[in-house]
Amino acid sequence: MADPKKTTLYETHTKLNAKMVPFAGYYMPIQYSGIVEEHLKVRESVGIFDVSHMGEFRVRGADAEKFLNNLTVNDVSQLVPGKAHYSMMLYPEGGIVDDLIIYKFADDDFMMVVNAANLEKDFNWAEDHLPEGVDLTNQSDDIGLLAVQGPNSVTTLQKLTGVNLGAMSMFTFVEDELAGRKMIISATGYTGERGFELYLKAEDAPFVWDAVMKSGEEFGILPIGLGARDTLRMEKKMALYGNDIDQDTNPLEAGLGWVVKLDKENFIGKEALVRINEAGLKRRHIAFKMLDKGIPRHYYKILSEEGKEIGIVTSGTHSPSLGQGIGLGYVDFAFRKPGTKILIENRNKNLLAQIVKPPLV
Amino acid sequence: MNVPTDLKYTKNHEWVRAEGGIATIGITDHAQSELGDIVFIELPEVGDEFEKDTAIGTIEAVKTVADMNTPVSGEIIEVNGALEDSSELMNKDPYSDGWIAKLRMSDESELDELLSAEEYKELIG
Repeated sequence: MADPKKTTLYETHTKLNAKMVPFAGYYMPIQYSGIVEEHLKVRESVGIFDVSHMGEFRVRGADAEKFLNNLTVNDVSQLVPGKAHYSMMLYPEGGIVDDLIIYKFADDDFMMVVNAANLEKDFNWAEDHLPEGVDLTNQSDDIGLLAVQGPNSVTTLQKLTGVNLGAMSMFTFVEDELAGRKMIISATGYTGERGFELYLKAEDAPFVWDAVMKSGEEFGILPIGLGARDTLRMEKKMALYGNDIDQDTNPLEAGLGWVVKLDKENFIGKEALVRINEAGLKRRHIAFKMLDKGIPRHYYKILSEEGKEIGIVTSGTHSPSLGQGIGLGYVDFAFRKPGTKILIENRNKNLLAQIVKPPLV
Repeated sequence: MNVPTDLKYTKNHEWVRAEGGIATIGITDHAQSELGDIVFIELPEVGDEFEKDTAIGTIEAVKTVADMNTPVSGEIIEVNGALEDSSELMNKDPYSDGWIAKLRMSDESELDELLSAEEYKELIG
């Protein structure tokens, strides 16, 4: 492995006393003031994240839409310029290559935003299926990405741009100026709160970060690390690749069937999903809350109340909003219903938990 | 990092304050900083006996879980009940309000094997 790379905000983070860790090939801030404080700030006010490690691929050409519609599960033909959607790439067997967001700029111009940890794999996978006349470019090193999330994100950013941010609905975006810098302003995020993601030139990231921090001062804005990003997404049952979904899980059992458009033209993995759907699901990804005191962790076993092994925890944490342990995991299909009591095998003992209807917060 | 000079330390980032055969134990400032926000601790029962370097309880932080080992052998005579509801005391004040347990030491010579503040400081760099 090569040495981790630094985003253009590395100096900014170290000045803020962030705890930096190698993550997906980059030194990234895992926390600044503390996960709980940062998490609550996003839920109650506003926070800013450096997520420049994410991968951006530009897809251009007359057949770009056709290419993406074959490569991904959502229906790209339903997108209009200025609109984005959540999607996935699958293997022919139905396992997940990655989850991603697709942005449509024009009929022949799209952007794929993929997980940093999968960047190389994803690019190779896309390239392997690339038809003549479609151009695929990895722009990840040139693009910085800031997320500004929380109920006060609109007011914080509105002072810096002429775009009417309050009028932007989720999963829409514009190319315009903010803090005097050209960027893509996207009403998206990974926290379940009102928020925006700003795709900009990597070298502009420190300037825009400082401008947003200053503008958000009146709301007590805080920098937010990857630790709180994880607890925020978990409370909303948003999947994390490598934990909740991977090559050995399919979108239907992951509870992501709403993303898959089985009625559209062919796409990679469609036949497998149709087969899986007809055969019936064996397990289901669920959310649960701890009833006993304790915190579930990735790979802890899930047992039925009678003590039979029925599944595995894929994500777990202490929920800063609820003040109790929460988790996500797969259970045998018969046990999937909200209200079902389960046991979490926590090292040396079994702790009582209950399946709940997501989101958890 | 705060490393009080009047305490003894272990490589596993625990501290001991020994007075009259009684050892008060806790985790170091460095340990709490590495763990991040501590949200829950499973404490031992008064009367439990432990060998040194064995787990007397579990410390749960938001991101991770760690065993709490005792640096000395002995019997638990008191636990810090305030941690049940205020585990963040281990983050805020690891050497005083964030203490974890008191043991009646069964072998005081074990103290000689522990690190001085100077040695511990060197260890954590």
